Amino acid sequence: MTVPKRIGKIRFGLISPQEFRKMSVVKIITADTYDDDGFPIEMGLMDPRLGVIDPGLRCRSCGGRPGECPGHFGHIDLIASVIHVGFAKLIRKLLRAVCRDCSRLMLLDKEKQMYLEQIKTLDKLGQPTDDVVNKVFAEARKHKNCPYCGAPQMEIKFERPLSYVEEGHKLTPSDIRDRFEKVPNDDIQIMGMNPDTARPEWMILTVLPVPPVTMRPSITLESGQRSEDDLTHKLVDIIRINQRFQENREAGAPQLIIEDLWELLQYHVTTFLDNTVSGVPPARHRSGRPLKTLSQRLKGKEGRFRGSLSGKRVNFSARTVISPDPNLSINEVGVPMDIAMELSVPIIVNARNKEMVKTFVKRGPDRHPGVNYITRPDQRRVKVTDKNCEEVAEQIDTGWKVDRQLTDGDIVLFNRQPSLHRMSIMSHRVKVMPYKTFRLNPSVCPPYNADFDGDEMNLHVPQTEEARAEAEILMRVQENILSPRFGGPIIGGIHDYVTGSFLLTHGYKPIDRRGAMELLKKFDIAGLPQPAGVKDGQPYWTGKQIFSAVLPKGLNLNFKADFCYNCDVCKGEDCENDAYVVIEDGQLLKGTIDAEAIGAFKGKITDRVIKEYSPTVASSFLDKMTLLALRGIMYAGFSFGIDDEDIPKAAAEQIDEVTRTARENVQKLIEAYNAGELEPLPGRTLDETLEMRIMQTLGKARDGAGSIAGRYLGLDNSGVVMAVSGARGSMLNLTQMAACVGQQSVRGERIRRGYEGRTLPHFKTGDLGAEAHGFVESSYKDGLTPTEFFFHSIGGREGLVDTAIRTSQSGYLQRRLVNALQDLEVKYDGTVQETRGMIVQFKYGEDGVDVSRRDYASPDNVKRLIKKILEKESA
Amino acid sequence: MSISVKEVQQRLDRVDLPQDLIDAILGGLEGVEVTAEQLEEIINQVSADYEHARVEPCEAVGVVAAQSIGEPGTQMTMRTFHYAGVAEINVTLGLPRLIEIVDARKIPSTPTMTIRLTPDYAHDRDLAREVAWAIESTSILHLGSVATDLAEMNVLIELNPGPMEQRKITAEEVAEKLREETGLAADQKENLIVMAPEEPSYRELLQLVEKIKKISLKGIEGIKRVVIRKEGDEYVLYTEGSALRKIMQFDGIDPNRTKTNNINEIAEVLGIEAGRNAIINEATDTLREQGLSVDVRHIMLVADIMTVDGEVKQIGRHGVSGEKASVLARAAFEVTVNHILDAAVRGDVDDLRGVTENVIVGQPIQLGTGDVQLVAKRFEVKQ
Repeated sequence: MTVPKRIGKIRFGLISPQEFRKMSVVKIITADTYDDDGFPIEMGLMDPRLGVIDPGLRCRSCGGRPGECPGHFGHIDLIASVIHVGFAKLIRKLLRAVCRDCSRLMLLDKEKQMYLEQIKTLDKLGQPTDDVVNKVFAEARKHKNCPYCGAPQMEIKFERPLSYVEEGHKLTPSDIRDRFEKVPNDDIQIMGMNPDTARPEWMILTVLPVPPVTMRPSITLESGQRSEDDLTHKLVDIIRINQRFQENREAGAPQLIIEDLWELLQYHVTTFLDNTVSGVPPARHRSGRPLKTLSQRLKGKEGRFRGSLSGKRVNFSARTVISPDPNLSINEVGVPMDIAMELSVPIIVNARNKEMVKTFVKRGPDRHPGVNYITRPDQRRVKVTDKNCEEVAEQIDTGWKVDRQLTDGDIVLFNRQPSLHRMSIMSHRVKVMPYKTFRLNPSVCPPYNADFDGDEMNLHVPQTEEARAEAEILMRVQENILSPRFGGPIIGGIHDYVTGSFLLTHGYKPIDRRGAMELLKKFDIAGLPQPAGVKDGQPYWTGKQIFSAVLPKGLNLNFKADFCYNCDVCKGEDCENDAYVVIEDGQLLKGTIDAEAIGAFKGKITDRVIKEYSPTVASSFLDKMTLLALRGIMYAGFSFGIDDEDIPKAAAEQIDEVTRTARENVQKLIEAYNAGELEPLPGRTLDETLEMRIMQTLGKARDGAGSIAGRYLGLDNSGVVMAVSGARGSMLNLTQMAACVGQQSVRGERIRRGYEGRTLPHFKTGDLGAEAHGFVESSYKDGLTPTEFFFHSIGGREGLVDTAIRTSQSGYLQRRLVNALQDLEVKYDGTVQETRGMIVQFKYGEDGVDVSRRDYASPDNVKRLIKKILEKESA
Repeated sequence: MSISVKEVQQRLDRVDLPQDLIDAILGGLEGVEVTAEQLEEIINQVSADYEHARVEPCEAVGVVAAQSIGEPGTQMTMRTFHYAGVAEINVTLGLPRLIEIVDARKIPSTPTMTIRLTPDYAHDRDLAREVAWAIESTSILHLGSVATDLAEMNVLIELNPGPMEQRKITAEEVAEKLREETGLAADQKENLIVMAPEEPSYRELLQLVEKIKKISLKGIEGIKRVVIRKEGDEYVLYTEGSALRKIMQFDGIDPNRTKTNNINEIAEVLGIEAGRNAIINEATDTLREQGLSVDVRHIMLVADIMTVDGEVKQIGRHGVSGEKASVLARAAFEVTVNHILDAAVRGDVDDLRGVTENVIVGQPIQLGTGDVQLVAKRFEVKQ
């Protein structure tokens, strides 16, 4: 078996003029591209030896077709040397450190020796040498005379953007080049450069490489006109000036003109390399748009590095809108037929599957599990069509590759952006379905952070055996139920699943035989359990018994439910609110199943099941539980309407009373403040104290209104059921809808902006009262007064801005964190190391425990084990 | 045939398990009769479970840690809220605070200290107050008022005896301090101090007033405010501003239980290990306050990479990411062009060991399943 080849290393360096010429396939001398017939001109910028872009032609250098030929570099001989902008600063440093006469680094031999050794040790340790090198430059600059030839060193001034002035005399690039050529190799090393890969004179260009046409393809517009790439435009400029320069020089033009042309050449080469150099006006397109030249191609998010090299495009993928389907397993994904017929899985034909493959091929591409393409052993690809499918099927033999369409049971990767954690890409099994959307079980929404308001998701089909194996073993949804973030389940019931199980299991409502059968009819259960009792001569069951049907046998668990009121003294199993869950041997004896038991991010039951049984058991528990919960919610019936926000008149009056007293209290505070009787809080000014006290009073008023409303809204109210069970919303949301919206704030303070001394012209200047600063007394249901509405919109706007800023900030934080930590890996000896082999941690997390399995190494688990072992022995 | 606690202890000493598990076994067996066989079984079971919980080699723990901290970032709030409990002191919380921590800023936007006192001071309100007055930086405005007399071209400082007594400072001391700081004569009579600028110009006069206002007369510079709170049965001081080195040497302050939220200051005063722990504590507190659960192991890893080479380094361009070995990885992060130019001059070699580099050249990354090298042994199937 062949081991795949790897690129071992990449060495960076400067290219010498000799090498430029050696790798060049053609010297470019004319600035023209195509002739009148549309053929590329030889020795022009589109010389056919530079590569091919037009279909049907072959490369004159390598004979490759477009797509095969990578392109070849040409070169332009520059009449006069020019400086490479990227190295302008370094050239300045070198000029100052090197003798103007003998070109030696102006340090004593002893110093050189010392610095060289320092650099070598740092290199060996793989640490940056920048500090030493900077010291070398600083020290060398201190010498007024060369320690070797004694020539006096002159002050070199760097003038923006690209000229060096030595005592009023401008240095030409050729002068600089001459100096650098003489620098001895040893000295170069001390200055932090590698003389083998980067001689300083190579920073001054005498030959300009011309990138292959494949890097700067010209496009033919609809009108038949050719439109050239920005780089080509720039190269045209360079050649033109180069030619003019040559002509002028040969004609013996005056020095002034030569200098101007030299500067112009420098400008064009500079902008060819980087069009955003400060001090250099950017070269522009005819339309006025700045040209996108070499360094612009590399930089930034859409640049070569981040856009093309780190982010690659793939085939065998699909994207469409998602919608829910509770009948699917959490491990499945519904794929539309149209997509299934487009995507394919390669099958290599062998003796055993030959007949099966033939039946696929015979079906052609238009009948579902068919075949789109086949690849023959000689790598020729044949498209399977309705017409040729029979014929091709007969030819099929071992060794052929057949691209079979996606069918039920294939493993695919499913992804939703932003991919913030590894659970944003998980593998599912395909279930081909009608219609046009991807379908998924709503329980897997939390890890993807998906909803169905128009979200789209991506699907990828792994093409190799290795990829499929990884997808199946490591990436399946059930393997990702436990989050590596905190070791708990992030997949679980949401919304109606929670409501449904709450309604089913709360209390001991009798369910007759018909109801029980209805609830359990989707399950593979032989019979109903013992009835809980007999009522009116009919046996009945409780919701708890029904729910127990989906619990695995042997499960023991006790915990407080989400809607536990946190009483002062917990009565545990005797909880009169049915908020303490007791499960014994897979039977739900007491308590109510809500978000704490099965919800995403909480899910105590899911957590135990996956840890005590297996991911497979957990996934089938989730599947069954979600089905039952939906049956439960349908059995009980559930709806929420505007009248669920109604509160009795008595309650409304009480709420009015509360808000009125709050307003009065605020007024009293203001009076006390005006009278100077208010005691400032320690370390606060009087104004701040007043604000804080007012905020407090109004906050209390809202809470008061809320608790009054809460008292009148019981578990017969759908909103309360949702809030209390943890399905959706909170009591605060309900309070705001039914009783009082409360104080609107900007940056945690009452609203103060607006006119001088007042927020709106509706109020008196200097009014500090509740309603003048954004206290909304009405409820959403009653409707807001115009001023309240205005204040509410201010608060709402702040929320929107806040989210917008937060997403960008946390996105950048995430990018930085991932970039800093991505190379860390646990080695076989348990240490955490980065790429250089530097040890970051001797034992991962100080105990070497995987977060998603941390419960096995927890003191709680130890206690459980001890209990089990001691009990076993005594029994 | 139960064995003694000492024997259990001795047996456990020979077990290679994390300390918390050993403690848990000891705790679980306290006051319970165990036989040697039972103990053996317990140890075996616990070890087996621990072994099951171990991280697998080649696991990309870095990426998991980064994602585990970054992902909850989207759920955090932007606002700075009041400190839990102490309404008087503002502290940056939520996402901005988390960013501040990984940025390794020299000075956080809201430096604060939590100062705990030695037992003899901690339970006495008056003593605690005394410490508070002593460390709080006192400016002239705390003690009285500053006015200008334009006719005489001088500054009139009127001191209130009340605050002066509270802060244990006399008018003479104030005058002396002012002389020392300004280098000007200060005429002190009772509670009135008169100072004049060198030249009787209007501008100089106003500048002098500003200067006087800024002078710290007493206490520790940088401690702008001190608030006392009772926590349990002891008094705790919370400060706005931070000066760990000076505070730790103060009488009545328990240096072991006193902390600041300035990570760099901790690393500087107490060493890099303390700095690492400070990062862990601050990040954990920030996340917990937002109600987000993130395992410490992830935060530890971030703290460790920030502090591996002995100084607190930022997560980002000027720290960890900027000092990576790979040119391509650095170029793909930020300031692309400069990294490539520098690499060319230095003749750098990229060994292509990290993630980004291998993605760029298009070969499998050497992490996780990509780091395992298996070659199938080919065998002929007999017909």
